[in-house]
Amino acid sequence: MLDLQTEQDVGVNQNLEVNVDTLIAQHQHRPGGLLPLLHAIQDSLGYVPESVYPKISKALSLSVAEVHGVVTFYHHFRTHRAGRHVMQICRAESCQAMGSVALEAYAKKSLDIDYHQTTADGSITLEPVYCLGNCALSPSVMMDDEIHGRVSPTDLDALIAEAKA
Amino acid sequence: MAIKIYIPRDSSALAVGAEKVAVAVAAEAKNRGLNIEIIRNGSRGLYWLETMIEVEADQGRVAYGPVKVKDVPSLFDADFMNGKSHALSLGLTEELDWLKKQQRLTFARVGITDPISLEDYLAHDGYKGLKNALKLSGAEIVKVVTDSGLRGRGGAAFPTGIKWNTVLGCEAEQKYIVCNADEGDSGTFSDRMIMEGDPFVLIEGMTIAAVAVGATQGYIYVRSEYPHALATLNSAIEVATKAAYLGDNVLGSGKTFHLEARRAAGAYVCGEETSLLESLEGKRGLVRFKPPLPAIEGLFGKPTVVNNVISLATVPIVLDKGAQYYADYGMGRSRGTLPIQLAGNIKHGGLVELAFGATLRELLYDFGGGSVTGKPIRAVQVGGPLGAFLPESQFDTPLDYEEFTKIWAVLGHGGIVAFDDSVDMAQMARYAFEFCAIESCGKCTPCRIGSIRGVEVMDKITATRNKSASEHAKSIKLVRDLSDTMLNGSLCALGGMTPYPVLSALNHFPEDFGLSVEPKAG
Ligand SMILES: Cc1cc2nc3c(=O)[nH]c(=O)nc-3n(C[C@H](O)[C@H](O)[C@H](O)COP(=O)(O)O)c2cc1C
Ligand code: SF4
Repeated sequence: MLDLQTEQDVGVNQNLEVNVDTLIAQHQHRPGGLLPLLHAIQDSLGYVPESVYPKISKALSLSVAEVHGVVTFYHHFRTHRAGRHVMQICRAESCQAMGSVALEAYAKKSLDIDYHQTTADGSITLEPVYCLGNCALSPSVMMDDEIHGRVSPTDLDALIAEAKA
Repeated sequence: MAIKIYIPRDSSALAVGAEKVAVAVAAEAKNRGLNIEIIRNGSRGLYWLETMIEVEADQGRVAYGPVKVKDVPSLFDADFMNGKSHALSLGLTEELDWLKKQQRLTFARVGITDPISLEDYLAHDGYKGLKNALKLSGAEIVKVVTDSGLRGRGGAAFPTGIKWNTVLGCEAEQKYIVCNADEGDSGTFSDRMIMEGDPFVLIEGMTIAAVAVGATQGYIYVRSEYPHALATLNSAIEVATKAAYLGDNVLGSGKTFHLEARRAAGAYVCGEETSLLESLEGKRGLVRFKPPLPAIEGLFGKPTVVNNVISLATVPIVLDKGAQYYADYGMGRSRGTLPIQLAGNIKHGGLVELAFGATLRELLYDFGGGSVTGKPIRAVQVGGPLGAFLPESQFDTPLDYEEFTKIWAVLGHGGIVAFDDSVDMAQMARYAFEFCAIESCGKCTPCRIGSIRGVEVMDKITATRNKSASEHAKSIKLVRDLSDTMLNGSLCALGGMTPYPVLSALNHFPEDFGLSVEPKAG
């Protein structure tokens, strides 16, 4: 596993500042704007760096601890950069009924990582997910924003190969 | 004139390649110089047949499926554009037995229309309900909804009209309509199908609710795992706003209703209505104490209607056809229809909308066709991760809220997950605790700590099930005690109902827990 945060953060710091300022300006006056803002930041940067907490807290009149509390409460938000692709494997009951436990094990072994980790080449971050609403075609895997149904180990190999290419 | 070809845009259809099929069909038609119009519809809900293509032929809509990219040239060779026969022919869609046996009220248009075409929606009875509602007073609308017998489809089955009446009765400058589209239960996808396949029906239902109770702002809280649903909703909201079905002057009535879809962030507990409201306010999704009810002090402290997608999407047909029309379906106190979702290890999984009263067995075998693996269905979990597991001996239970309560089970959001005989029910009980531990909001100790303890004890049980009898008996007792504490000491149903899957697994499948005798019922 590789922690990509430090090296890459240095390079993007400048951009990050500008970008986050714009996003804050767009969302700060919306009622309950913190979640949409965090989404916007993560959509744009791939994660919510802790370095932006002070800015958010100032703009939304919240304490840094409150911002941190919200970011960490939700499974969707990450505070560290992910790999180039995020692979989510559904762990919920419907997928279990169709062999997802074996599929998870296969994915972890193939990628040589556990959940919440990123492959050594930085290509794939593996995450669990609890239902993608594709339960009539279990087991399901989401690769970035694309859902795949009736996923076999062979299909998983193909998804991995594509992501690494 | 261009021949109309329907290829679903539904997430599950996309999950088995619908996008690639659509691209291939367009390319093949172009190569052959044929004039076609591809409409990206919702799914008809026969998921084992996706990607299911339909062609509007002289005889009606003709279906083909499951279509893969490689089948596309041969479909053209066989002249599928005129509804001709092919190895993947399914015949006229309307004549498909699976659809003919259903009573599609809430899902009347899903799979039939172009989801983001307002003209299509209007041509298929859309907005008739709102137009009727605009002629009535708020109290009259609420009465129609109450008389229809509609109960919340999000899980708790609370009468929708009664909830609305509370909000109607509140004096406030600002009221809200919040749609709960967090659909977190495994084995459910009906909300998603509505949002992706007929978003206007949800928008119409929310607008009727707003007119009824005097709300001017609405939010749809959509789970983050549903990017396509969110995109479709946003498109539909834009279309509806442009055409004055939403906005400052809804259809010239002088009434205001603005609507916004908001993205959730992957917390199961945020499907609980007060946690959802906290989340919409931009906070951590901690469950609130009740009272006050959200109907009285909801979003930003204002009176708020919180309803599930299906509850709201059912309102338009009730206002269109009348309370009695809807109430004529169903059994006992469960009136109308339930969009049932068949999932898990099931051959023919998908969406079955039926009047309340059908049995599980009919669903699993007549509709579902048994398991995919061909092995016997040993257990089903109904109502999501907090629902009980039912053994074969309970498959004749009719789908009815009260009948399910009698057997210590719930219908919930109508999801049915089937398991074949390879399932280890002790592992399922362990998972129920684990899920609760992962998703607990942390407010109450029995839920936060009890669930973690539950995982540990289940691990002990699976390790000792064939070994030390006395140790084992102690662990089983501990599971029962823990469940008891969680049942009685939790603020919301996450902690409070995790014992349903746990104890039902233990009571109905004791052999999987290393017990030979039938223990006392839950
Ligand atoms: C842990 C938990 C999760 C829930 N998840 C959902 C959900 O995803 N969707 C939903 O509509 N209701 C969910 N509910 C039920 C809601 O609290 C609430 O009863 C419902 O939104 C009310 O709408 P209805 O009356 O139309 O069903 C959940 C409840 C609990 C305790
Ligand atoms: S039961 Fe669990 S999820 Fe519900 S309020 Fe208590 S701690 Fe939160």
